[in-house]
Amino acid sequence: MSQAIAPSRPASVIEVEDLVSYYGPRQILRGVSLDVIEGEIMVIMGGSGSGKSTLLRHLMALERPSSGTVRLLERDLATLSVRDMNDLRKKIGVAFQGGALFSSMTVGENIMLSLHEHTELDPTTMRIMARLKLEVVDLAGFEDLMPSELSGGMIKRAAMARAIIMDPKILFCDEPSAGLDPVVSSAIDDLILRLRDAVGMTVVVVTHELESAFKIADRITVLDKGEILFIGTVEELRNHPSERIQNLLNRRAEDEVMDADAYLRRLTGIEVSGAASL
Amino acid sequence: MAEQATENPAARFVERIGRGAVRGIEELGACGMLVFETVYWIVSGRRMRQPVRIDAIFVQMMETGIGAIPIVALMAGTIGVMLAIQGIHTLKIFGAETQVTVGIAFSVVREFAPLITGIIVAGRSGSALAARLGTMKINQEIDALHVMGINPVRFLVAPALVAMMVMVPALTLFSDLVGLLAAGLYVGVDLGISLAAYFDRVIEILSVDDLMHGLGKSALFAVLIAVVSVVNGASVSGGAEGVGKVTTRAVVQSISAIVVTDMIFAFLVTR
Repeated sequence: MSQAIAPSRPASVIEVEDLVSYYGPRQILRGVSLDVIEGEIMVIMGGSGSGKSTLLRHLMALERPSSGTVRLLERDLATLSVRDMNDLRKKIGVAFQGGALFSSMTVGENIMLSLHEHTELDPTTMRIMARLKLEVVDLAGFEDLMPSELSGGMIKRAAMARAIIMDPKILFCDEPSAGLDPVVSSAIDDLILRLRDAVGMTVVVVTHELESAFKIADRITVLDKGEILFIGTVEELRNHPSERIQNLLNRRAEDEVMDADAYLRRLTGIEVSGAASL
Repeated sequence: MAEQATENPAARFVERIGRGAVRGIEELGACGMLVFETVYWIVSGRRMRQPVRIDAIFVQMMETGIGAIPIVALMAGTIGVMLAIQGIHTLKIFGAETQVTVGIAFSVVREFAPLITGIIVAGRSGSALAARLGTMKINQEIDALHVMGINPVRFLVAPALVAMMVMVPALTLFSDLVGLLAAGLYVGVDLGISLAAYFDRVIEILSVDDLMHGLGKSALFAVLIAVVSVVNGASVSGGAEGVGKVTTRAVVQSISAIVVTDMIFAFLVTR
């Protein structure tokens, strides 16, 4: 499909085609296709169970697709050797939802780990680079603290500093503002915008916070029950005629079509006659 | 299909056995793969630009080995004295209590020192390893290692395995010495045999083979503890309670594996 892209259009750094994913017998993603263009902030939204976290795990190459392809920086993840995959991973940064800072290391050691493992820099340079990134996320002077001594917002910012230490081309953020108060959450949004504007990083953010999504997104992808409901700009999303999307924007729960048999079955836990063949 | 099978109690029973067996085989396979992968990273990590770090190995060696010295000394000493007491009591029947040294020397060096060291390391370091990996997995720290291009087996498992393979035999040698010394002191007090005469006799009785029998076994125990703990730790699910469960499971399984392997090893080597 990449041949179809017009030459004037900026290059796609992430291309997902027909991605299908199962968790045990349950189908999580039902043929998701998605392009992320260099330098944009793509926000992936959806309620719980919509498959957005699974999609993110596929983009980070933590899951293998049942079918379909995921290409990062024009490399097909399924065909990469271990070594090439490691090289590719140096070009992506991930800020996990809970921070995922290594609890046995100080904040500084956490941030320097990639440098320590992937580069031959001397310790002084590494420390300077770590402090530089801590300055970017407004955590200067905290490098000697342990992650357990940080507040929730500080952990998220430290995780962001760790994610950008190798100056990645793509930054993934999983729920960057979940569980934070509005002020801190807004500061994190500003940080994401600043990172993109300063170094032209491509950012993929998974969130369910509408406010934050509208503030930072260049384009928004809305996932629902494993399918893409919408891809487009914030303006297009706001004016979208679909009822499902308007329900999501106005935080209305969707009315499910009532199936009396299924309801009875759920309540009693036994098969109702006529449904036994299920 | 599974739903139909569960209706019949007999079928359900067979199904449960089958599922258990499959799970067991799966776990054994995971253990084998883990050993293979660990050796792979130790051997070719440098070529892949992901060497196993010496400093990480030393940190693990401190935790597994040096930290265990007091408790290993206490246990080995107690077992030495216990063997001396029981030996003298038993041999008194034949009026041969001066021969107690033979029993002590063989049983400490060939059996009790490796066994007690293995059990202590399983309880101390095996549980710590399982709990650490379990917690790291739940906190997405393992995922974080993956996405940073750092192989978790190379970064977390290989140093722990190497450290155990060095430190468990070292601790076993240490508990040999402490066990023999403690038993010698008791024999000296009870039977009036001097410590010098006792150790002369011990050295006369023991061959290098006996020592290697114990040390070889303990190296095997080290691999068992590391692998069982890692496989359990990595299989965690369900939050803090899950971590508690896998930690208990890791300790119980490693101690069982140690005792069973001990018996098989002794049987095969004494053929």
